[in-house]
Amino acid sequence: MTAPIEPTEALQTDEDAPVQLVAPDGSRVSDDRNAPYRARTSHLGTEELRGLYRDMVLVRRFDTEATALQRQGELALFAPLLGQEAAQIGSGRALAPQDVAFPSYREHGVAHTRGLDLAEILRLFRGVDHGGWDSEAHNFHLYTLVIGSHSLHATGYAMGVQRDGLVGTGDPERDTAVITYFGDGATSQGDVSEALGFAAVNNAPVVLFCQNNQWAISVPTSTQSRVPLYRRGAGFGVPSVRVDGNDVLACYAVTAEALERARSGGGPTFIEAVTYRMGAHTTSDDPTRYRTRAEEDYWRDRDPIARLHALLVAEGAWDDEAAAALEAESEALGERIRTSVRALGKPAAASMFDHVYATDHQVVSRESAWFESYESSFTDQGGHR
Amino acid sequence: MSAPTTSSTSTSSAAGRTPAAEPVPTGVQTLPFAKAINAGLRAALGGDDKVLLMGEDIGPLGGVFRVTDGLQASFGADRVVDTPLAESGILGTAIGLALRGYRPVCEIQFDGFIFPAFDQITTQLAKMHYRSRGRLTVPVVVRVPYGGGIGAVEHHSESPEVLFAHTPGLRVVSPGSPQDAYTMIQEAIASPDPVLFFEPKGRYWEKGAVDLSEGPYGRRAAEQQETADVQDVAADEQPVRESITVREPVTVSEANGFSTLNTAVVARPGTDLTLVAYGPTVATALKVAEAAASEGTSIEVVDLRSISPLDTDTVVESVRKTHRCVVVHEAPTFLGTGAEIAATVTERCFYDLEAPVLRVGGFHTPYPVAKIEHEYLPSLDRVLDAVDRSLAF
Repeated sequence: MTAPIEPTEALQTDEDAPVQLVAPDGSRVSDDRNAPYRARTSHLGTEELRGLYRDMVLVRRFDTEATALQRQGELALFAPLLGQEAAQIGSGRALAPQDVAFPSYREHGVAHTRGLDLAEILRLFRGVDHGGWDSEAHNFHLYTLVIGSHSLHATGYAMGVQRDGLVGTGDPERDTAVITYFGDGATSQGDVSEALGFAAVNNAPVVLFCQNNQWAISVPTSTQSRVPLYRRGAGFGVPSVRVDGNDVLACYAVTAEALERARSGGGPTFIEAVTYRMGAHTTSDDPTRYRTRAEEDYWRDRDPIARLHALLVAEGAWDDEAAAALEAESEALGERIRTSVRALGKPAAASMFDHVYATDHQVVSRESAWFESYESSFTDQGGHR
Repeated sequence: MSAPTTSSTSTSSAAGRTPAAEPVPTGVQTLPFAKAINAGLRAALGGDDKVLLMGEDIGPLGGVFRVTDGLQASFGADRVVDTPLAESGILGTAIGLALRGYRPVCEIQFDGFIFPAFDQITTQLAKMHYRSRGRLTVPVVVRVPYGGGIGAVEHHSESPEVLFAHTPGLRVVSPGSPQDAYTMIQEAIASPDPVLFFEPKGRYWEKGAVDLSEGPYGRRAAEQQETADVQDVAADEQPVRESITVREPVTVSEANGFSTLNTAVVARPGTDLTLVAYGPTVATALKVAEAAASEGTSIEVVDLRSISPLDTDTVVESVRKTHRCVVVHEAPTFLGTGAEIAATVTERCFYDLEAPVLRVGGFHTPYPVAKIEHEYLPSLDRVLDAVDRSLAF
């Protein structure tokens, strides 16, 4: 079957073929082009491969639970990552602890690799917090809902890392890279182009990781670009790589190389991970209005989790015992997510006045005082709010 | 899983370190507005290594108004950074730098060019502290030469301050005198909150006395100078530069509560009417008060200094004394600062008022062509007319 999803197909050349280490059937791919990337995964043994598989299965379980919780009215909204597990886990596992990630709003898999309790992410979608986690404790910045804005924050942060002298010291504990995640639609935003420009001229240690999941809500990539997205980097002088975003090993290898270049002073890299959002953009849209069953089937055959599963089985690295253990862990995660979300209380109304400014601001203080007195006027009369 | 091994490739990233900074001048000098801001920036750059300036043409050129003149020569291209020509990029990367612990001071070349950065300022900069429940601070200053009267072409004479003042999370200020320009730019830089610093470009060349030991960085420089002088006397062979360049960042408490960013000031006392102004119209208001005095009317001029927050206490205190209020600004009056003040004064001084609060400002038109801008701007005559109308009630 011909892939119906490559809108820029007519303009593609052999050079645009994504880096791939594992074929959709789970077999390893060896060619001249991917040799350097194969070398970057040669240290990944059975345990590491099982670890990557576990990561992907757990975030998918989280995704399923969160989507269900939204359907039950427990979440205001949810942005599923279904189908993008390999791009996120592969790139996220390539990060060193000191590296800093600036996510968009769908990077639940990356959050997991940063040690963030996934339940924390749902504070945002539950409507009890605009952020929800300590970004500095995890080197994982808050989600950014305005498309592409954070690519500039990441670039500026990377310029700060560079000024701090934490690039090219040769000390793997100190050298630091920054990575930012955005989608195919974001590449149409001026901010992403400006980020590429600032990153290039400053030689900033930043990796711009685009998950091309084929759809910007309901609009296909062909409406964003006439060329494969990764080619946008070249005009800015930013080395760019296209990778099979459903191949967790390839995503790991390509990101590891880019991060290493950034940490060692080699500057920015633009990565386009070609993947597919199997779910909706958010729980508010209806993908059946804009895409076909055939297209979804095409990508279902390229499921990133099934692919790694096939590899594990083929290489004798998977058994019933491992499967049962992971299933139990997955069940426990689901239960914990359901319980913790329902336990998230409503913040005090007066907390809306907190942290508008870091220092006193007369307008906020005045309105806060008024609100407090207004609220207390009800309790004075024995009423309940 | 371990991180990939890092190669030891050399880098040019930390190149261009700061040249040895010259001593920050102290004492009282007569300076025009532009030079007062320049001196304030110099004090901040000299007082805190985390302060950096970024913008278009601010390096060798010194900015199109020369406000950053000589600063790159003194502090290096790493501290005074010529950026790509991209306003959203300037603000977006400044936010990232601030998250990393730096204090970026961005220059937007002209008021009308701030809009490409409007998104970064209002959706990102303004909300980072709130969204993180206070965990993150983004001490970014945005310097904007604004306002009219210099005969410029389209997009070079606008007054967009209210668009930012309407956004919670931002502080919006505009100095009315060279002394305040010098002090306020330093307080803006030392502020943990983002500050939009609107510079009345039509006043850049007007002079005033500036005490260089004012402001958080100026005070520190003056104190260090005293220490250095004492040490010079005590041990004249002892090199003292080392000891006075080691410093902690200026903090809120050190800055004594950022008085100029929070409070209005009575620029001229009076008893018959309160004239409220800020930025470019402070000088106009003082001229109006002078002219009115010759006709026997005593006008009190309140210089707001800050548009967000608005120090309505100072305005209200003045109106309770004078019973009359006229607000003057260059921005359109429709839904503007004057409307906010009129509503607040009416609410808080209803029984003190002898006349409705009147406004004199720009019209609800795009900024007009230069040849007729003086009919758009609140002139001496238009303000006097409003004063007369108020007094006639």
